[in-house]
Amino acid sequence: MRTSLSLVWFQAAGCTGCSVSLLNADYPSIKNLLLDEVVPGKALALRFHLTLMGPTGQPALEVLRKIPLEAAGDYILIVEGAVPTGAQNFGKVGELSMAQHLLALVEKAQAVVAMGTCAAFGGIPAASPNPTRAMGVQEFLHKENRDLPVVNVPGCPPHPRWLLETLVHLLAGPVPGPKDLDELGRLKSVYSRLIHEGCPRRADFDVGRFAQAFGEEGCLYELGCKGPYTWALCPYHAWNGGVNWCIKAGHPCIGCTEPEFPDFPAPIFRKVTEPAYRRTK
Amino acid sequence: MRVIAVDPVTRIEGHLKVELTVEDGRIVRARSSGALFRGIELILVGRHPLDAQRITTRICGVCPIAHSTAASFALDEALGISQEIPQNGRILRNLIYAANWIHNHILHFYHLSLPDYASFRGLPLSEFLSAGMEEGRFSSEESEKLVQHYLAALEMRRKAHELVALLGGKMPHDMAIVPGGVSFRPDLATLLAFRARLAEIRSFLENVYVPDVLSLCLRYADYFEIGRVGRLLSFGAFPEGGLGLEARLFPGGLLRNGEPEKLDPQEIREGVESSWYKGAEAHPWENSTHPDPQKAGGYSWVKAPRYRGEAYEVGPAARVSLCFLFGPPEFRVLAKELLGEAGVGLEALSSVMGRHLSRAIEAVFLAKRMDAWLSQVDLAQPVAKSFHLPREAEGQGLTDAPRGALGHWLRIRDGKIAHYQVISPTTWNASPRDEKGNPGPIEEALEGTKVGDNALLVAGRIVRSFDPCMACAVQ
Repeated sequence: MRTSLSLVWFQAAGCTGCSVSLLNADYPSIKNLLLDEVVPGKALALRFHLTLMGPTGQPALEVLRKIPLEAAGDYILIVEGAVPTGAQNFGKVGELSMAQHLLALVEKAQAVVAMGTCAAFGGIPAASPNPTRAMGVQEFLHKENRDLPVVNVPGCPPHPRWLLETLVHLLAGPVPGPKDLDELGRLKSVYSRLIHEGCPRRADFDVGRFAQAFGEEGCLYELGCKGPYTWALCPYHAWNGGVNWCIKAGHPCIGCTEPEFPDFPAPIFRKVTEPAYRRTK
Repeated sequence: MRVIAVDPVTRIEGHLKVELTVEDGRIVRARSSGALFRGIELILVGRHPLDAQRITTRICGVCPIAHSTAASFALDEALGISQEIPQNGRILRNLIYAANWIHNHILHFYHLSLPDYASFRGLPLSEFLSAGMEEGRFSSEESEKLVQHYLAALEMRRKAHELVALLGGKMPHDMAIVPGGVSFRPDLATLLAFRARLAEIRSFLENVYVPDVLSLCLRYADYFEIGRVGRLLSFGAFPEGGLGLEARLFPGGLLRNGEPEKLDPQEIREGVESSWYKGAEAHPWENSTHPDPQKAGGYSWVKAPRYRGEAYEVGPAARVSLCFLFGPPEFRVLAKELLGEAGVGLEALSSVMGRHLSRAIEAVFLAKRMDAWLSQVDLAQPVAKSFHLPREAEGQGLTDAPRGALGHWLRIRDGKIAHYQVISPTTWNASPRDEKGNPGPIEEALEGTKVGDNALLVAGRIVRSFDPCMACAVQ
């Protein structure tokens, strides 16, 4: 007997990169996720996703309108992108603003997942001077006095495995609570190690061998690496089927999983001397 | 007369609304409206110039390499090193970009477009993927095969992103393209892994994708007459050693109803007559972004770029037409063969089916060229040119993206970004009406089309043939 959990993927002020990252999942692949059981007896059923769904225009909106009515308490809402709260038409889908859609969708959702740094913390659209007063889902719900639990899966984009791990939690049982989440609403199992801890160039850092220009050997700290202050499993998972990742590709970590991204106390390519955003385990 | 709001247009990147006025079964007026504004051009101002390399990439998660390429060209120029990029840097950038390009065309044909043409009824995922079409022009056996290809294409698209990541670090949002070249020197094993995946993808393109596109072209041949524009513009793509827009694998240029012209980027103006911004028509060096959400007469967040006062279609039809005229002979041979199989000439490319065919032609050609580029990587030579950041400088980065002409205009003052303007392919294609009341290319392609009772379906096919990317169009 197979049961399925409905997924509603709502895109707000984003770039579709988080969706593409999910499409990049290898094992299980997106094909497995769409057709097969994810864990024994349990599957996912994608109900709404603007980039992939067949219906367009009014019929697409109908799908969205019916979900809270027909699947109340029985769907996962995944939000991609920040929520613009400035002018009403900064972000619209049909006649409603993105903010209005979200308020209608969160109420009856079994769980809310903020996929990517924009949905989790505001990310790129909320960068200074935040022209559209964009914010993450949790902050938005707080502003609207609807303090519902949100599981944050930050990253620009997040690695597909980080979302999959979150979904497996949700398929298996209760919505992750304080036992599973850190103070920023992220799964501890995914966000409890610093990039710096598992960095393959750590030995260079320890002996003070630093690259001074792109393409050079050595630790990338002098080029602005945010690895010592960034919580993510990139060194262990690597990206895109494990073939590569930022530091392996000679590029400093830009700290894309952190709430301060991209407004760091220093520019992306400048050495961090006084981390204003240092957090501990 | 009735007005149909196609809102949201799904199976594209981002948030687009198209409003159709239909009279006697014919679209008499179309309004294309970008529905999301983030203000990334404003966010860039005041930042460290190099931050543009990583922030503009994040304009779009489907074609991020387009922006990292344009940003690197703009920064190279501002840093005064455009002519000193090592050959390895140029080739590795091309390979990263080309792999993203191929992912894009696979995604567009199978996952974004196919549900408009083949009925998925009774097949896996039919409830989610059905575009409400009663029956397509394919038999149920053919549809079943196409759905199998839809699923196979999911895997191929993913592998194309593994190609990007092998040399680009990760996807979406590559890391390796930097001012001066790329950030690391790949090893031999990486190049081998790249070549092996590329061979697999090439085989899919040649044996599955191209035959599928051709069968669509034959079954929907009437769509070579639908959605036409005719004025085509391209910045060209993939530098082959020289510096000008013409010295690229896909040469840049202009075509006005079949007649080629030299392109002068100084002749571009971007207007905001129907867009929710304050300001007047200006070249991107002089332009600004002042949102005015309540502006009277505004109906879109997309601005309206024009060349010498005219709207131009950008994208695969422009590139294939120009490359046919000015590109390498082997391109002409391939294009002739596929045009012949589809039973059309070059003049048919600016159309719904012509755009699909153009993508197939360039994808196969590009994949073959990637193999040759790979052999030119010299592991003993540098991959990047070092640089010093000037206090005052300007740089323009022009390249075609999978969806068409993309420009970044960067001005550095006092060591910081003082001005950053972006005109993306879909800014051209999905632009609203300009000061003279002339429609944008998608509006023009829709207007006059007979839709009968199938407005959603026919309009969807026309709009999607441009592969709109709204996160790029507005930023």
